[in-house]
Amino acid sequence: MRSDSDRKENLFPGHMACAGCGEVLGLKLVLQAIGEDAIGVVVPSCLGIILGPFPNASFKIPTFHAAFETAASSAAGISNALLAKGDEKTVVLALAGDGGTTDIGFQALSGAADRNENIIYCCFDNEAYMNTGIQVSASTPQHAWTATTPLGKPRKKKNMVELMAVHGIPYAASACSCFPDDLRRKIVEAKGIRGTKYIHILSPCPSGWKYPEKLTPNIGRLAVETNWFPLYEVRHGREYRITHQSKGLPVEDYLLQQGRFQHLRKEDLLAINDRVGREWEELKRKTVTIQSDELS
Amino acid sequence: MFLSGNDAAAYGARLARPQVIAAYPITPQSPIYERLSAWDGEGSLGAIMMRVESEHSAMAACISASLTGVRTFTATASQGIALMHELLHYASGMRVPIVLVNVNRSLAAPWSFWSDQTDSLSQRDTGWLQLYVADNQEALDTVIQAYRISETVLLPTMVVLEGFYTSHFMEPVEVPEQESVDEFLPAFKPAFTLDTHQPATFCQTVTQRQYAEFKIARQSAMIDALEVVEAVDREYGERFGREYGVLNCYRHDDAEIVLVTAGTIGSTAKEAIDELREGGKKVGLVRIRLFRPFPKARVVESLKHAKRVAVIDRNLSPGQEGVFSEELKSALYSRVDNAPVFSFVLGLGGTNVSTSCIRRVFELTEKMQNVPVNPIFDIENDDALGF
Repeated sequence: MRSDSDRKENLFPGHMACAGCGEVLGLKLVLQAIGEDAIGVVVPSCLGIILGPFPNASFKIPTFHAAFETAASSAAGISNALLAKGDEKTVVLALAGDGGTTDIGFQALSGAADRNENIIYCCFDNEAYMNTGIQVSASTPQHAWTATTPLGKPRKKKNMVELMAVHGIPYAASACSCFPDDLRRKIVEAKGIRGTKYIHILSPCPSGWKYPEKLTPNIGRLAVETNWFPLYEVRHGREYRITHQSKGLPVEDYLLQQGRFQHLRKEDLLAINDRVGREWEELKRKTVTIQSDELS
Repeated sequence: MFLSGNDAAAYGARLARPQVIAAYPITPQSPIYERLSAWDGEGSLGAIMMRVESEHSAMAACISASLTGVRTFTATASQGIALMHELLHYASGMRVPIVLVNVNRSLAAPWSFWSDQTDSLSQRDTGWLQLYVADNQEALDTVIQAYRISETVLLPTMVVLEGFYTSHFMEPVEVPEQESVDEFLPAFKPAFTLDTHQPATFCQTVTQRQYAEFKIARQSAMIDALEVVEAVDREYGERFGREYGVLNCYRHDDAEIVLVTAGTIGSTAKEAIDELREGGKKVGLVRIRLFRPFPKARVVESLKHAKRVAVIDRNLSPGQEGVFSEELKSALYSRVDNAPVFSFVLGLGGTNVSTSCIRRVFELTEKMQNVPVNPIFDIENDDALGF
């Protein structure tokens, strides 16, 4: 592991994220990896809070706080303007939450991906509308409690990496803020590719998922190590690679640490376990798993 | 050249040298998008053409592109401008000088494709300048003027054509030389942009007081815009030989009955007025070209000799009346000797407002004893009108 001291921080301290926020951890890593030659677009989400109230700002890169459903279209406007100005160097980074991506911003994102706009789109997924309270989104997992699904969400989570991959974009990946090297590598990788790059970052949220703040790193790691949220990448919609070989821990190790899943019954857990196992096998079939020495 | 209004607007846009254009097709605007795309195909557009998946994304892209300091253009109509509504507020709040051509078309429901100004007038409070044109030449000239105005006051401008009346009818149009337009319209160089050398955050959350300050600053820019519109129009006139005014008036100086309208009804009205003048009637026209900022003082001045005023609106604010009529009454309220204002709502959904309709409006305005509380929709029904 390299030390953090050789990395330039692009997020000022003193931002307004909650204690134990998994999203700001991911954001810090993304901004480290993206460097200074980048323009950001943030849309309403917890990111809008982290960005700071006028006249304070936590981002060191120039950033536009755009309308909710326009992360992709606003980023595309900037990338085309840069092209018009002959600037092929500056990276355009769209930063949105899961509501802004999987629900209200999905049309604009699909349009941008269809046109293969030259942007890096990061979805910080805390699996509900956390900025407005805790309301259900398409990215909320099945069974999870939210303030608008008091009995648990009936339908399963929208799989954004797969949806973006089928657009045939050059790069789509899942990542987690609790796997810093994997996340940073994916951002660096995306920087080197022209076209639409989509990175879906699972961002544990103590206040929304109902677990003690200090557990954020454990929760994120368990999501991956139980295969609940595998880390992988897809090039051109075809070439799948799992980027972290998980330990295959029982999924209840992840679920039962969170208040939002406390109401799960034994049969629910069995069904979830089956589904997670099945989806993991399906993913593996599509994938050439890379050796662990390639990951170091 | 012999051009449709859509083509004239496209020529105006290309002459202004935008660097990013974002568009989505909608009848009756599509020929603008197609013309720009054809130029893009042959390599003569000079802009990046974004063929986005919705009008909402078109406006989003224009806003963010403009924030990087490039000139932008888009065109839409009807449902398209309604879909953009949220971002129209955003654009003026961000003070980006986008130029948008809106081709008036009826809003659903029910479906209709013909001219009706309710689409653009519904955007009244979004903080955009709005200029209503009467013919194809004016469409071209106004698009070029709009960039100069917008980039001076840092507010976006909507240039409004009428579906099929201006958009598709063809007229001879003089297309200025590129060099002359370049001299008239210098490169866009805003003071603040999204720039990695001078990083800044745009559009953050503000306090109540800060919000009020931003909105009052925008209002000041809007109020100042009136004289900018006039100055730009005058300079355009000196350079290109055509100027239009914020109000386009015709034989109104000694007129006792003045017709107030906007858009193409204004050009039809000139013919009707000539006919009525031949019959000895003292009638005239004030065509409102600039709707926002509303040129209140100019309107009051233009109607100071009028004994009676008739307004024809090709639009309707349900539960109230035509929007131009409402705005006009608001402007006239400060006058001591208010002239009675008779409100007519004609031409909705593109219904033709012919010279005979306009003659009838003058006749009714002359005859009516009292000013009706509600607007008049049916000018042929004498019983309903109390004759």
